[in-house]
This record gives sequence, C-alpha cells and structure tokens, in this order.
Amino acid sequence: MKRRSFLTRLGAAGTMGAMGGLAAPAIFRGAGQAWAQGAEIPIGLLFSLTGEVAVVERTLHDAALLAIEEINAEGGINGRPLKVHIEDPASDPATYADRARRLFIRDNCVSVFGSYTSASRQAVLPVVEQRKGLYWYPTLYEGRECSRNIMYGGAVPNQQQQDFVPWLVENFGGRFYLLGNNYVYPKEENNVCKMLLDQLGGEAVHEEYVPLGHSDFSSVINRIRSTGPSLIFSTLVGDSDVAFARQFHAAGFDSAKMPVASLTRSEVEVAAIGGEAAAGHLSSAPYYMGYSSPENERFVEAYKSRYGGDQVTHFVSEAAYFQVYQFKAAIEKLDPAEITPEAIRDAAVGVTLKAPQGEILVDPNLHTHLWPKIARWKSDGQAEILVQSAERIAPEPYWAYAGETCTGEGLVRS
Amino acid sequence: METFINQLFAGASLASILLMVALGLAIIYGAMGVINLAHGEFVMLGAYVTWALQTFLGIGLLPALPIVFLAIAAVGWGVERAVVSRLYRRPLDTILATWGIGIVLQQLVRIGIGPESRFIAGPGILSGNTGFGGVVLSNYRIFVLVFAIAIFAATWALMAKTEFGRKLRAVIQNREISECYGIRAEKVYAMTFAYGAGLAGLAGALISPLVNTTPSMGTYLVVDAFLVVVVGGVGSIFGTAVASGIVGETTAFFSMLLNDTVGRIAVLVAIILFIRFRPSGLFPQIVRR
Repeated sequence: MKRRSFLTRLGAAGTMGAMGGLAAPAIFRGAGQAWAQGAEIPIGLLFSLTGEVAVVERTLHDAALLAIEEINAEGGINGRPLKVHIEDPASDPATYADRARRLFIRDNCVSVFGSYTSASRQAVLPVVEQRKGLYWYPTLYEGRECSRNIMYGGAVPNQQQQDFVPWLVENFGGRFYLLGNNYVYPKEENNVCKMLLDQLGGEAVHEEYVPLGHSDFSSVINRIRSTGPSLIFSTLVGDSDVAFARQFHAAGFDSAKMPVASLTRSEVEVAAIGGEAAAGHLSSAPYYMGYSSPENERFVEAYKSRYGGDQVTHFVSEAAYFQVYQFKAAIEKLDPAEITPEAIRDAAVGVTLKAPQGEILVDPNLHTHLWPKIARWKSDGQAEILVQSAERIAPEPYWAYAGETCTGEGLVRS
Repeated sequence: METFINQLFAGASLASILLMVALGLAIIYGAMGVINLAHGEFVMLGAYVTWALQTFLGIGLLPALPIVFLAIAAVGWGVERAVVSRLYRRPLDTILATWGIGIVLQQLVRIGIGPESRFIAGPGILSGNTGFGGVVLSNYRIFVLVFAIAIFAATWALMAKTEFGRKLRAVIQNREISECYGIRAEKVYAMTFAYGAGLAGLAGALISPLVNTTPSMGTYLVVDAFLVVVVGGVGSIFGTAVASGIVGETTAFFSMLLNDTVGRIAVLVAIILFIRFRPSGLFPQIVRR
C-alpha cells in the first residue's frame, strides 16, 4: 500500500517535474500566447468534402468559408485575420474525431466549425470536451444534448414543432402518418410530435421508419392509401426524402388535400425532387432561401457570386454562415490577452445578431433562439412563407423530457 | 384484396428494378468469373449520362436510353481493357480492383460534376396512374416492368441464338479449347463486360426518375443486386430473373405485414437460411472446370 502510494507520488512528481522543466512553457504558455498575440486567429473547418455526406456538408463548408472570407476582407477581427485550417473527414465518424484532434492539438484552433450528422457530432464530442475546445454545430438536431463545448446553431424539436403541429392540425386535421428514417433524429422528433398530438386531440395513425438510404416507397405508399391520413409528417432525410417525394407525387396524391409536412426538406432536396413534385408540400424551418430580409438578400447574392448562380442556400448553410459571425461577435467582446475557447463560449452567450433569418440570440445553454417559419414549396423550387412565428423561439433541447433542463450550468435534473 | 394486388405490383416493380441491375452483374460473373464491385457505379454513371443528355441537350429519358447504353458500355469496355483484362489469372484481385475503380468513378463524378443531387424528369407520356377500383398502378412502373422483361428476353436471345452467344458459351466452357478453334476469348470478354456495364447504365437511367441521383446512389443498389445473383445461382440469367422476382415479392410481402425496416431484415435472414441449405443458389451453373 505504502509502496504503491509512494510510486504514484513519484510518478506524479516526475510528470510535473518534467512538464514544469521542459514541456509546459513550450506547450501551455506557448498556446496561450499564440491566441493572445499571434497575428492570426486559428480556426478549423471540419466538413466532409468526400463521401456520402459531402452532398450537404460541401454547402456548409462553402457557407462558413464565405463568412470567413468576408471577415478577412474587412481586415479580420480586431485587426487580426482568421487563419483557416481545412480538414476533410470523408463522411466517416471516426475520422471526424481524428481530424478534430488534429485541429485542436496540432493547429491549435480556438474554434472548429463542422458536422452535419449527429453521428459525426457525437464522435467529436469527447475530443472537444477533453481538449476544452469549442465546436460550432450548425444543423438542426434531435436535442437531448447539453455539452458545454458545443455551440448549437440549428433548431431543436420544440423550435420546429411547437407552432407547426397545431397549425397542421387546424388546417388539415389530426390524423398524422409519421414517416422517418430509422435512426435517432426522426424518433425523437416523432416523440415530440406525438406529445403535441396528445394535447391537441390528434392521433398518429401510423408510425414507420425505413432504413437510411431506402429508396423504394411502393409499400409505404400503398399503406398511406389504405390508412388515409390527414397528412404525412416526414422526417426522412436525403436520398430517402427525394425518392419518397417523387414516388408520392407519381402515385397521384393531391398535395392540397394530403400534404407532406417535413422537418428536414430544404432547397437542396427540393432541387432534386423537382418543382412539380415538391409544389404544395409544407416545411417548418427557421430559414428559406426566398425569405426576404436585407441580410438574406446580401447573403444569397454573396453566395451565388462566390459559388455560382445555380447554387442554393438552405437552413443549415445559413446557420453555418451566421455561426462564424457569432464567433466574431464573441471575440470582439474579449480582451486579446484572454482569448481561449472557454472565454469565447462565455462571451458568445447573449450575443444578438442580425442573421438572414432575423435577429437571433445565443442562449446560456449554448443553443440559439431562432425564428421558425411555416412554408409551402412552389414549383420554382423556392418556398412561400405562410406563417412567420410571432416571436423568437427559445431552444429547449429537453422539451419532451420532464424534469430535465439544459441550462448555462449544463444539464439539470430536478 | 385491393391492398394485396397493389402490394403484389409493388413487389413486381421492385423485382423489375432488381433484375435490371442484377442482370449485368450476373452476365459478367457468369462469363468471366469477375465479381464486379464497380457495377453500382456503372448504374450511377447511367443516371448521370441521362441527366447530362436531358439538361444540356434536351433529350428526354426514353430517347436517351440507347445513348446511355452505348456510353456506359464504352466505359465498361475501357475498364475491362485497362484493368480487368490484366487480372484474369488472379480472380480474387479483380474484387479489389473493381472496388477501387468504383471509388475512383464515384469520386470523379463528385469532383467533376459536384456532390449535389441532380434532378431528372420522367417521361411525360408515362406520368399518371392506371387504376381500376382500389387498385392503382403507376404507368412509369408498368413501363419499367415491361422494359425489364424485354431486356431479359433480349439478353437470353443474345446468349442462346446468336453467334456471339455461342462463342461466349464456348469460352465459358473452356477458354483454351475455344481459342484453339479460333475464338478470340479476350474480345469476347471485353464485349461481355461492355454489355453488362451497358445494362447497368440502362438500369441507372430507368430508376433515375424514382430515386435521388447522387454520386453514391449505386452503393445501395449493388448490394441488393448481389443478393439476387447469389440467390439465383451465380452466372445463371434465368436464376437471376427468378430470384429478383422472389426477392422483390418477398420484400413487398414482409413490408406489408411488418414494415420496411423489419421487412428488410426478414428478407436478409431468409436469404442467409436459403444459402445455408442451397449454397449454389436456385439454378447452379454446371460447368466443367
């Protein structure tokens, strides 16, 4: 026993000695000084440019890079340009973790912007918490997460659904056909939807999950025909959403009588679905490319002139764009000597910003107050906004879970 | 009853798509013993050629079909000459090589054309549905079904009735002896590979109005096609046709009873059990080795 504690102490002392004598000044003080005094502020971009998720992440990468270039064109933040380190995690969660480590350790980034899927965010989570870094995640997601090292720029279920579901029940009726891909996001969204339907006196006539990438919906369409719901409440993503929309349209359903109400369909999917098949269906999201605000017009124009006139912006790329500006606003509040990921996080709380979707605010729980909008798709591939939320909606990542709240101190269980 | 007929048709429609994708795979494997893991990418290229013809030249899907067939057959021919033909003595290495080719093709499309999904309009004359009572059949799916059967018949005729088919069967039986009789086996192989690739391209063109056209679209399809080939008996085109019917209808049946996720699992379990008791598939090829 004694011997063991002696060894432990020896080990600890040895480590401290070694670090005190050699390593510490090089790594720790060096890093702090780099952030405080270096001419450039190092940040990372961690979006997949290859592999399956590249379809979406390429646009997020482009949007974030656009914001970075705009900031640098105006002389950087407090006179210091952003130095951007780009990594391609190739759509593989393990590679995300590896590249995040590289960005935080080797490149010494004060913040990394990245990820589209929850799987990749959760792969980065342990890395960013261990390195005490800051990870900016732009996507809407299922909630039930409350890290102090991730800035969540997208909507959580309550922000997309608390106005949307009552509106749908009122306009189309309460018989919902819940259809999603088989993973965590659709299931959590549907839990919230069923909770709302219970309160409103509606019902889920059928709840169904198809494998990711599933592309033959004949059986689903036959089942929709035989159950006759008021609407299809869809959390299908990517390929499945496009295939379903095209086959639903080809099956001859009338979008005015039985629309698909989607939480995940954006301009990207609509472009692949085709205007004719997408027209008349509904979405709930904080941002649409066709939303008219001076900030959005500027964003869309800058995006198109940088990446080509046929490109679209959407509700995730908007967040990837404004999060860089939230980062900028946070740094501007800080004394250059005290720039650390944690100081940036604390400074970002309470930051308000005119984003393309409207004026947004960072909550103490690190999620963002957003402006959800209900929209109907038109045949030109753009959305017509039907209902703008009356006020900015606060993020409640644990909305469907009584007794759990995400706060500025992390997750609180009562 | 109506639901049942609708579901029966759903299964037949699924089967026709599977048949289109799997037929090329079965021919290439049957004739050459090459497991072509780039087959899904040929399907994807077929969809992209259709997209390019439609977007840049205004050629609709139906008139594009022969062009797509020739274009992807040319790609297949190139791949066979450049890579696969050098590996006939090392059949296991062709798996790795074709897999690599698949990755390269996919990434070339992603870099050259862009990763975003593309829209391909279906033929206008085939939009709409044919219905009687509660039975509703999509016209386009009826067309795909008929087309797949026609392609199958044409392939069978090519194998059984033409001189090319006779040469191919001779080469399959015994390459060395066939060469002694003056058949140029390498030419037969190149043509077969090109034909199989062309069929994959046609499949890609046909499914493009139903699914999402992205660089990675072939990956999912090729897995199902392999299942069909394995169940049918590798190399047998009749087996492939019967197996795609069985797999399509079984999937539709389980999807109706349960749901698509459980249905898929059930089908996979059924196939594993089937292979356990009939390892060479439904119609094993009898070839003297």
